[in-house]
Amino acid sequence: MKRGIPQIDKERCKGCGLCIANCPKNILQKTDDINGQGAYYTVCVDESQCIACGACALMCPDAAIEILQLAEAS
Amino acid sequence: MGEKMLMKGNEAMAEAAVIAGCRHYFAYPITPQNEVPAYMARRMPEVGGTFLQAESELAAISMVMGAAAGGVRAMTSSSSPGIALKQEGLSYLAGAELPCVVVNIMRGGPGLGGIAGAQGDYFQATRGGGNGDYRTIVLAPGSAQELADFTIDAFDLADEYRTPVMILADGYLGQVSEPVVLPEATGKSFDKPWAVTGAKGRPKNTVASLRLVPENALELHNLNLQKKYEQITERVRRYQADRVEDADWVIVAYGTAARIAGKAVDRLRADGVKVGLFRPLSLWPFPDRELRAVAEGARRILTVEMSLGQMVEDVRLAINGAVDVDFHGRAGGAVPALDDIIGRIKSYEHEYHTHVRAS
Amino acid sequence: MSTNTIPMYERPEGLADVRTHYCAGCGHGIIHKLLAEALDELEIREDTILIAPVGCSVLAYKYIDVDGLEAAHGRAPAVATGLKRALPDKMVISYQGDGDLLAIGAGETVHAANRGENITVIFVNNAIYGMTGGQMAPTTMAGQKTLTSPAGRNSADVGFPIRACELLDTLEAPAYIERVSVHNPGAVRKTKKAITKALRYQKEGRGYSFVEVLSMCPTNWGVDPVKGAEWVKDAMVPWYPLKKFRDRPADGDGGQEKQAS
Repeated sequence: MKRGIPQIDKERCKGCGLCIANCPKNILQKTDDINGQGAYYTVCVDESQCIACGACALMCPDAAIEILQLAEAS
Repeated sequence: MGEKMLMKGNEAMAEAAVIAGCRHYFAYPITPQNEVPAYMARRMPEVGGTFLQAESELAAISMVMGAAAGGVRAMTSSSSPGIALKQEGLSYLAGAELPCVVVNIMRGGPGLGGIAGAQGDYFQATRGGGNGDYRTIVLAPGSAQELADFTIDAFDLADEYRTPVMILADGYLGQVSEPVVLPEATGKSFDKPWAVTGAKGRPKNTVASLRLVPENALELHNLNLQKKYEQITERVRRYQADRVEDADWVIVAYGTAARIAGKAVDRLRADGVKVGLFRPLSLWPFPDRELRAVAEGARRILTVEMSLGQMVEDVRLAINGAVDVDFHGRAGGAVPALDDIIGRIKSYEHEYHTHVRAS
Repeated sequence: MSTNTIPMYERPEGLADVRTHYCAGCGHGIIHKLLAEALDELEIREDTILIAPVGCSVLAYKYIDVDGLEAAHGRAPAVATGLKRALPDKMVISYQGDGDLLAIGAGETVHAANRGENITVIFVNNAIYGMTGGQMAPTTMAGQKTLTSPAGRNSADVGFPIRACELLDTLEAPAYIERVSVHNPGAVRKTKKAITKALRYQKEGRGYSFVEVLSMCPTNWGVDPVKGAEWVKDAMVPWYPLKKFRDRPADGDGGQEKQAS
């Protein structure tokens, strides 16, 4: 089972919500904090559930999301 | 010095473009310059160049823009209604500071008008046509030979100043067959570090007329363009003055109108009339100071055009009230008659001598 | 448990490190990202010139680290033609929106395709004119409300939305024509594949390639981005089928080598 860590650059995020809508594990949410541009940015609320599917990074129009994949436990 | 060949103006101009190193020519058929694309369709492949018949004059000037942005010498030719379509492109080329040569073999207008030669596009050429504060260098040949010679010059001027250059010739010049000695290439070459050729080993280039940021970017850009135009105005002032030193009457004309005016000067001089011809060879920049200097020694100026009065406005601006400026013009492809010009000058003579006798 | 991580996805190098002016959820952002990825993967970024349209993406060359060239509205395929004829070994991309490609530029679009120019045209179809505030486009859906069709597009009066891929598919010369979309991750993956293929074909000299991308315009559609993505799927895709119209290099027709009979 793939596992990953989504890394969302909060300053690049415009709060469009496309990543949230497409995350199969529903672990992305908008905060009620705003970034330097006044956008409610998105964060991952439970990294342990990330399956590194890449959907969020694919959808992000601002390339604000990078994904680290956890190497298999040896 | 090459051999003298009988050549049509349109073809002499096309060959001169090839001599100047132009290898990209895009155009749409329109009378009376169809010899140019036909010539280039055969000639460009011979020299490894590109000839493309574009889907419209509108597309052709944008093709020129693309090629010019890539750093190559590019040209298009057309006639009045087609040149109207190119005004958008000319404004973009000027704003993006791209070099190119655009040839207008003028026909009667407005609109679809007629197919005979005319000089009705002086305003269009020298006063923009496109939007914004820009200028186009405009050269005015008066023969097939000059069509060829000025084309060589046009490419160098375009590259030197990074600006479009227009060759403005009436339809008769394009069609006439005359002895021509094809000019030689000047050999001048110009570095184009600004061209979009792929950002290898350098920061990326952007070629655009759009200047949105910072807030004053567009004004600064325009001020720079004006500086360039001032430079051009100082350095590119072309004209020919024939028998003006002692002239009472000076005719101002260009292109075919000037050829007829020149004949009128010959006949009048043979009759003892002191008349001369001032022939602007650059219409922008207009040789205003030089014309004014000539005019101040004369009693009256007669502007002759194959239009109902366009260059005459620049003549009046240049002379600025120092001397009376009269006008004679024909429109819609009609050519000023030799006898009409002679008659007009003789009427000045009559008026002047009658007046002198009476006073 | 091991805590070693490997980068699975990183922001493409070819994307400039600037904030785009595009609205939240705009399809342009996704497509620019995919284009930057493709340029990096094919290692052609330094040989590429991007021709930007007039439209929301007029500043596209600010966002991707390649040489950029402006074109008058609709003229990008003609500008691309001139540039590619001048520099045949360079990659020339014409990136256009619906007004640019199908309204004012319809003539240039058809003729560059008809000549089979060895360029890549990326057509962003969001069924509206974004930059100027939301007017009707040639691609606006029947009944769709816009600033200039406030009662909904009346096809009896102004005709039906134009399908660019189908139009160009009637021409002989084009080598590759595909319609894709960016409304969900699977669609985005297909868009990436199509753009990469189109660029590879240009690099290989295969002729004219055309990729139409159905895209969201949440601001001018008056919906949030997620609803916008749903609307692409539910309203646009039925009219603009997602499919590969032709892929001559893959199907062995050889593109430009095909003899005219």
